[in-house]
This record gives sequence, C-alpha cells and structure tokens, in this order.
Amino acid sequence: MSTTDDAVLALSGVSRAFGAVLANDRVDLRVTRGHVHALVGENGAGKSTLMRVAYGELRADGGEIRLKGELIPRERHSPREAIRRGVGMVHQHFMLVPTLSVVENVVLGREPLRRGLLDLAGPAGALRELSRRFGLEVEPRARVEELSVGERQRVEILRVLWQGCDVLILDEPTAVLAPAEVRRLFGVLADMAASGLAVVLITHKLDEVCALAERVTVMRQGRVVDELDGRVVSAATIARAMVGREVLLRVERGPRGAPPGAATLLRVDGLRVTRGEGTDAVSDLSLVVKAGEIVGLAGVEGNGQRELVEALVGLRPQAAGSISLAGRELSRLGVGERLAAGLGHVPEDRLARGLVLDFSLEENLALGRQGEFCGWFGLDRRRLRVEAIRLLAEGDVRPAEPLACARALSGGNQQKVVMARELSRPAARVLLCAQPTRGVDIGAIEHIHRGILAARGRGVGVLLASADLPELLALSDRVLVMFKGRVAGQLAGAELDAPGAAERLGELMTGAGGAT
Amino acid sequence: MTRAPVMREALVLGISLLSAMAAGSLLILALGESPAHVYGLLLRSTWGDSYGVGQVLFKSTPLIFTGLSVALAFRAGLFNIGAEGQLMLGGLAAALVGASLPAGAPAALALPLVVLAAALAGAVWGAIPGVLRACFGAHEVINTIMLNFLAAALVLGLGHEVFLPETTHTALVVEGARLPALGLAGSAANLSFILALVAAAAVWFYLARARRGFELRAVGLSPGAAENAGVRVRATWVAAMATAGALAGLVGCNFVLGYKHYFEEGMGRGAGFMGIAVALLGRGHPLGVVLAALLLGTLSHGGMAVNALVPKELVDVLQAVIILAVAASSAALDRGAGRAGQ
Ligand SMILES: Nc1ncnc2c1ncn2[C@@H]1O[C@H](COP(=O)(O)OP(=O)(O)O)[C@@H](O)[C@H]1O
Ligand SMILES: [Mg+2]
Repeated sequence: MSTTDDAVLALSGVSRAFGAVLANDRVDLRVTRGHVHALVGENGAGKSTLMRVAYGELRADGGEIRLKGELIPRERHSPREAIRRGVGMVHQHFMLVPTLSVVENVVLGREPLRRGLLDLAGPAGALRELSRRFGLEVEPRARVEELSVGERQRVEILRVLWQGCDVLILDEPTAVLAPAEVRRLFGVLADMAASGLAVVLITHKLDEVCALAERVTVMRQGRVVDELDGRVVSAATIARAMVGREVLLRVERGPRGAPPGAATLLRVDGLRVTRGEGTDAVSDLSLVVKAGEIVGLAGVEGNGQRELVEALVGLRPQAAGSISLAGRELSRLGVGERLAAGLGHVPEDRLARGLVLDFSLEENLALGRQGEFCGWFGLDRRRLRVEAIRLLAEGDVRPAEPLACARALSGGNQQKVVMARELSRPAARVLLCAQPTRGVDIGAIEHIHRGILAARGRGVGVLLASADLPELLALSDRVLVMFKGRVAGQLAGAELDAPGAAERLGELMTGAGGAT
Repeated sequence: MTRAPVMREALVLGISLLSAMAAGSLLILALGESPAHVYGLLLRSTWGDSYGVGQVLFKSTPLIFTGLSVALAFRAGLFNIGAEGQLMLGGLAAALVGASLPAGAPAALALPLVVLAAALAGAVWGAIPGVLRACFGAHEVINTIMLNFLAAALVLGLGHEVFLPETTHTALVVEGARLPALGLAGSAANLSFILALVAAAAVWFYLARARRGFELRAVGLSPGAAENAGVRVRATWVAAMATAGALAGLVGCNFVLGYKHYFEEGMGRGAGFMGIAVALLGRGHPLGVVLAALLLGTLSHGGMAVNALVPKELVDVLQAVIILAVAASSAALDRGAGRAGQ
C-alpha cells in the first residue's frame, strides 16, 4: 500500500495475548510525522502492550509492524532494532540509576569513548544543546537521585532524544507529575512535534489531550474502538468512547458546606512538623474538619501537604502542636492506635504505603484491621473472605477475586482496593485522602469520587489533599491552600462556585494572595 | 499467597532433583562406578532399615530448626546468617542448666527448663542484631556474622570455666533433663525430632493464622505499607530475630539433651549455614523446610554409606546442584508466569 509510506510507524492487525487475556486484538495504528498522537483508554485497555510490541519489547502473536514503511519481521524485532530505526520509548516507570549523574544515565549502554576512555564532556555538551532546543532544562552533571520527579522525566526523554529518534513514544509520562509540570511537558511535546518528530503519547489527561493531539486513538479491551480528532472533540466524548458509556467527569453533589450544627471531628492546633534537616515543613498550622465536611488541601507540591497528612496519621513525628479527633488527643498515639481511634488514610504513595503488593486482595483489605479478624484460633479466614467479597463488589474492583495478587491489578483498581479498605473501617470518622486519583483512569476516578462523597454523606469528615484543582473544586466544601508550610488562605462555599475560583486558588498557591 | 503455587513448587523440586541426579550420574560414571548401584546403596542405607531412618531423622533435626529460623526471619525481610552462633549458645545454655539441676529433678520440671534455656539463649543472641537494626539501622547480615564469631569466642572463653578438665565438653546433664531416644534400632534419633515437627507446625500457624505473623509478613514484603497499617515495624524486626534465634537455639536439644547429654565445642557446627540452604530449598514454607531438611539429612547420612565406592564429596555435589537448580528453576518459572504488567 502506498499510503503506508508517509507513516513512520504503522501497525496492522497486531495481536498479543498473555495467557487467556487478549491484550491486543487485531489493532491497526498509523502514526505520522509532525503530530502528537494520543493513545487513550482505561487501565488494562492494552495501550502499554501495543507500544511495547511496536518498540520490539514484546513479540506480537500476529500482524505486521512497519517502521518508516519497511516491514519488520516479528521474530527479528527488538528494542535495539527500534532504536536503530529511530524509534525511542519512555516507559511508564523510570529506568534510571539514581546514584549516577544525568549524563552518565543518558549514555548508559552506549558509552562514547575517546582514546579508550569514557568521554562524558562530549555528551554533556550535546545534552545542554538538546535541553536548550526543547526546553528540557536539567543539569547534565547533577545526580539523578537529587532530581525532582519532573526532572527525572526530562532525563528519560533526553536519553531517548540523545539516541537520536524521530518517533518518540511516551507511556503515561504524566502519571507522576504535578499539574504545572504536566503543562510544561505538554508544551515541550508540542514543540517536538512541530519540529517534525512523531510523538505517541499515552495519558489519562483528557483535557490536555484535546489541546495537544491531532489524532486520538481510543482503545478498549484490547481493540481500537475509535479514532478522533483531538482538536474538535471534547474530553467528555473521548471519555465516553473509552469507557463505552456516559461518564461523569464531575460527580454531582449536594450544596457546599458542612451540615448545620455538625460536630468538629478533627482539630489541629499549632502543628509544627520538621523535615530531616531541621527546617519546618509545616509551621504553626491549625485547621478543623467537621462531620460531613470535605476540606480540600491545595498547594504546589513541596509546601508541606504531604508532611501534614503524614503527621496526622502518625507516620511522621510532630515537633509541636496538638491533634485531636472528636476531643481525644492523638499526638502521643502510634499509627495503629490512631486508626483504631477513627482515622482512615488513603496514602499518596499507594505502591509503597497503601498496599502490600505481594499480598492477596483479601489480605490487603485486612491491613490495619488485622485485629478485627483475629479470634482465639488466629486469623478467621472465612470471615475475612466474606468481608473481602463484599468490599470488592462494593468497591467495583476488577477482578473481584479475593485471592488475586494486588500486584497484578491496574493502578485504578489498586486504588479502589485502598479506598474500599479505608472506607470500611467500622470506626472511621475522619478520612485523610492524599492524591486519591493520581495516575488513575477515568472510570476509577468517578468511582473514587463517589466513594468520598458517600463517606461525607454518612457524616465522615474528609481531608482531601490533591494537586488536581478541578478535583478539589468538584468535591470540597472548603479549600485550604498551603504555602510554605502554612495555610495561606481558604475558599469556602459559594466562593468555590464563583467564576475565577481556580485562578484565585492558583494565586494563593504561589503566595500571591493575602493571608486569611 | 494463593493456592496455585503448590503445583509449581512441586515442579521446581522435581526438576531440581532430576538435574542433581543427572549430574551425579555423570560424576559416578566418570569414577567408573554404576549410578544405579551407588544410588541404590544410598537409598538402602538411609530409608532401607530403621537404623538408617533414625540416623536420617537425627541429622535432619538441627536442619529443621535452623531452616525454620532462617525462613522466619526471611519472611520478616531479614537475613539471619547468625543461626550458627545462636545454636552454639543455645546448646551451651541447655547443658549448663541441665548439669546444674539437682540429680533427682523430675523430667516434668527439668525438661521444660532446659528446653527453655536453649531457646532463651538463642533468642537473646538473635535479638541483638534485631535491636541494632531497629535502633541504628545497622544491617543484620553483618551483625549476625559478627555475632557468630563472638559466640565461638564466648564458648571457648567460658569453656575454661565450665568444660571438664582436659576435655572440650561440659558435665553430663541430669537424668531428668534428657530427651528419650525414639527407639529406632539404637540410632541417635530422639524426641527432638518430634519437637522440631511441633516447632514447624507452630511456625506455620504463626505465619498463616496469627495476627503477629500476618503483621510480620506485611513488614517483610512492604515495611512502608505495614507501618501505614499501624504495625510497629521495628518491634516486629526485633521479635522476628528473637524468635529466629530461639528456633536456632533449640538445635541444642538434639545433641545435648537427646544424644551426648553434654555440650561439646563444635557441636552442630555448620547446621546454621545449612539452614540457609534448607530455607531456600523449602521455599520459606515450614512444610517445605521439613522436607528439605529430610532430603539434606538423607544425603548427609547416605554419603557415609557410599563412601566405600565414591568419594563422599559426591553428596556435596548433589547438594550443591539441587540448591542451584532450585534457585534457577524457580526464578525461571517466575519469569515464565509473567509477573510484569501494571
Ligand atoms: N506481562 C504481562 N503478563 C500478563 N498479563 C499482562 C502483562 N502485561 C499486560 N498484561 C495484561 O494485558 C492487558 C493490557 O495491559 P496493558 O497493555 O498494560 O494496559 P494499559 O497500558 O492500557 O493499562 C491487561 O489485562 C493486563 O493485565
Ligand atoms: Mg499502561
């Protein structure tokens, strides 16, 4: 076919199965130069698999792969082959050596030599040049472990660019980024496309996709279900195609504000939390959360939100101040006792804190509730099983299989397990939610938001820390903005519905607004 | 932990045994003997009569204890290289307490006392690296190794005081503090083997059913998530190392209380390190540990019988191949099962 010639990457009829799971089912995809081509779909739709097949990392079971018009035999394809033909891929999970410098990471595996010695000066110069050209600022000599997540992402991209590529595949590069970094990254990608590269982007950020991508390929259950033009369709249209039904990008909720006469559940007074080096992460912070109220916590990352939540749960020591739950002082209690006293915690880092990845789902659901399921003869497996089946069904976790390993689940479903557990604590009165929907697909987001609102309806107080302003605006009764460890201001009730609320929050987040 | 792995573990063990036998056959052929003959002799001398069975059980007993010790620590995410030192002090403590009891002490009183002494001494020695890890973040591998040397020095130093003159062993423990033989044709097998099986059952219950065992496994797999679930991670480390030490300390029962009735310098040497291999072979599961200990016990006793035909290093080779094959084939099967994916 002559039409394949202008496609730098063309897949036709590509299939790939994992055991009984058909991850890709006769998929066609054509990627051309000069565009950002978005690949969207729910977790588990087969996006990563498709791109790993294209990159030669996974072997296709059937179908054809063409790079720049040339047919690559399935059994001969490999990442080495892909790189040789100018295809580069940035994986969902970082693949950097933290103790090496940026430039060392970039050249790893193809180290340039000069007179038999490793030459880093040359590549460092080339990196500076690339950084400048694409606005990917990062210091070549810095050690990777000292870099922020956003900077590490740039290193990953620079590495691929340095190898020389004209097709750049990025698998969920935004999952770990704060909103400002996402915008910045997308700006860079647009420039790259404009300069003639083909960029394939897997992401869950539908609003941004619309602004950026000319082509949007939508996958569902291993198949391509739609090809849309991002410039003319709305995020809602894409979401509908992804999920196969109407999705509410904003869940409906009652009027804002805590119910009249609601009791104060969580009271924090003069809380001070220090970082390792002795500087204050949180200084002299006070807040209250009432029953049936969702208090949003906004702020640019690194302004103490994380430390605040961790100190409230007891994972981090507090230097001063008091924390009380329904009148009971918590400051001196350990994590276990705080949970028993009625706290729930959906941690920011669900892989390291939220779940034991090698535990089964039912064991994960028992975490922090182990005491409840233990009788004289130890863990009551039967009762745990019954409870797990109920929670998995209510939490819409797929697969709803109590013995499945948590590691095997997609990010969205893992988060649903954490939510289900935290909401199920019989004594839970205050729920601390940190970044509950980060890196989670759209169907799961809707479910998680419903769960939070349902908890509010039951009179649970919620403290919701999120970097996602639309999320905060949609759910919160009140939003506190943190800046340099303090509450820099708050928006409540009608202020949140007023036009320009997001801008007002943005100002407060950068320290531009006045203090309350 | 799901159920399906049972078949997989059996497969791993089968592959490993077969490859060890194949490698051994080549070696035997090279030495000019018949593999069938040598393997036949090995089996007959071990499981062929009750004396052989008794000796296998006797040799397996310390391996069950140390295998459980390493496995339990491992499930808490800790590497116990210190079973060697823990078992030495356990044995010494049992012997000293047993010898200091009044001669007529009834077994009902004396036995629990000496068994407890063995466990306690091991527990203390195991808890030290646990505490160092919990309080100072010092790595337990280094510390358990250091404590092995320290235990050996301690035994020699104390030996001056407590060994009988001109010997390297202590006085006999009193009649009541001795564990009876199992009565297998005069073999050394004694009640310690049953004690080891009870210990394996207890460890199984602890890990699979007990609340603390659940917390211990959570700590081993993800300290961060365990902490977030209200588990006291540091206390769990200390408890796991102390329990592991107690299990290793019980090795003293087999030799001191059940066989020689005194502690001798060098008693149980090597069983601590073999415990690592047993835990690996047993895949960290108590039942697996028992089976692996029986297997290695069989090889150890059978090696002496075939010594007439082939050098007894043959069994060392078999052991090594089995361990390597288990490590390699389980890794390969893990990969085959496709753990990846998000
Ligand atoms: N290495 C693997 N082994 C087994 N199943 C896998 C593997 N990788 C992906 N899968 C399965 O294939 C399907 C598609 O996964 P994936 O391509 O990662 O989806 P996406 O990237 O769209 O979230 C999922 O059901 C997933 O569980
Ligand atoms: Mg993916």
